[in-house]
Amino acid sequence: MNWKQIAVPIAALVIFGLFWEFLVWVNGWPNYKMASPSDLWPAFWKFRWLFLEYGWDTLWRTVAGLVLAVILGVFLGMIMGLSRIMRDALYPLLVGFNAIPKATVVPIIALLFVGQHDMNTILIAFLISFFPIAVSVAIGLSTLEPEYRDILASLGASRFTIFWKIALPKTLPEFFGALKVAVTLAFIGTNLMEIVEPHGRGLGHLFDSGKISADYPLMFAVLIALALMGILLYYVVVAIEKVFAGWAERAPT
Amino acid sequence: MDKPLIEIKGVRHAYQTQTGQLPVLDGLVLSVPEGGFSAVVGPSGCGKSTLTRLVAGLLKPDEGEVWLHGELVRGPKSVVGMAFQNPVLLEWRTILQNVMLPLEIVPTKMSRKEREDRALHLLALVGLEGFEDKRPSELSGGMRQRASLCRAIVHKPEVLILDEPFAALDAFTREDLWQTMHAVKAEEPFTGVLITHDLREAIFLADEIVVLSGRPARTQYVMDVHLKGPRDIEHLYTPKSADALNILRHQIQIAQGRAPAGEATQ
Repeated sequence: MNWKQIAVPIAALVIFGLFWEFLVWVNGWPNYKMASPSDLWPAFWKFRWLFLEYGWDTLWRTVAGLVLAVILGVFLGMIMGLSRIMRDALYPLLVGFNAIPKATVVPIIALLFVGQHDMNTILIAFLISFFPIAVSVAIGLSTLEPEYRDILASLGASRFTIFWKIALPKTLPEFFGALKVAVTLAFIGTNLMEIVEPHGRGLGHLFDSGKISADYPLMFAVLIALALMGILLYYVVVAIEKVFAGWAERAPT
Repeated sequence: MDKPLIEIKGVRHAYQTQTGQLPVLDGLVLSVPEGGFSAVVGPSGCGKSTLTRLVAGLLKPDEGEVWLHGELVRGPKSVVGMAFQNPVLLEWRTILQNVMLPLEIVPTKMSRKEREDRALHLLALVGLEGFEDKRPSELSGGMRQRASLCRAIVHKPEVLILDEPFAALDAFTREDLWQTMHAVKAEEPFTGVLITHDLREAIFLADEIVVLSGRPARTQYVMDVHLKGPRDIEHLYTPKSADALNILRHQIQIAQGRAPAGEATQ
């Protein structure tokens, strides 16, 4: 990685921040209409311990939901990718389920498992983010060219060997593509639970407190904190992808 | 003639489609002696690829029998090597690791070092020395096909099945690969079946050419090429080859239903 790859995104962020500050200043917006970046620092500083504590709550629950989404998403994707019947059976169910706005699922989950806040939050993060993973793995597996199977099958390799040596690695680029989408979705899920069903934990709760106490810079600060955590997790996924599916990246020609 | 290594006796096979059964092979007969190399030609969609899958044990015929080395084929066996039009190399492996793939499946007594040496030897044989650590995406189409060929023979299969392996290559690369095939066969003798659309390729590579009829395919015509072993590319431009080419072309027209049967010149 050369300096440009780090400097360019940082420069873009700085320019964006300056433009934002400028926009608020030019329009003379009060901070209850649109907080400016310079309002955010005091808000961060004032609630720094809450940001750390609640940020951690949000982060670990998001990651837990994501891990669950990966495990079950890959499992579902495998079933659908390897069996035509399961694909026909499960697709409409999954699409239908995914079409339900998750905000409506939040109260149902909260009622189902009253008081289990951690579990509820993880569950919503999982529910909102497993779909792209399942679909991409299913498509990756079901579009495997028959020749790939034949070169191993003709040697008497078992279905598992073919899956392990060919189908699985071949699906990895699609899987990571979906995981990048799932990361941001999982954050939405976590915060949905924290905001809609407040239980005094997580950045969503901090946002809610800002709303109740009319502390608009705090609300914006929470959004920025969420964005930063999203970026952080996204690049963690990129780093893992480089290790396991770096081969899919072509050298620039 | 030696005892046939591959023997296909009156095979019939049909695919299930929405409109009913689609017979692709009916009354197919083929026999290849040990060390022989037969080319199978025929009109498009006449079931040539189905034939390869039958020999490899990936499909069971509805009727008839496929025998390999005096044994009835009931399922996939590790005695077969396959190469296709699509080289199907694994992008996440180096060329060397790709070539060594069958040795991870087939039981072998070779040590890791011996396996690697064998793969390197084959890569050198097809002219890919120095490319063993490259990724498939870094190689040209012809080079990938060469690597795919190495993978097909690395485990010393008794039968090599080539399903139009050179069809997607340009004419010059294809002729290069034909010569490579002869070089490989001289060093690593195999019994082979070559599916092809290219009559010149069949004449240049095979000992025997089998023309299949249109669907459902049966063995329509068998030509003995009368040449054993390596040959020069000039051989393709002799009057004898031109005659053979004409006969084959005529047979294909019969198979396509564009010429009446019976007036074949031989």
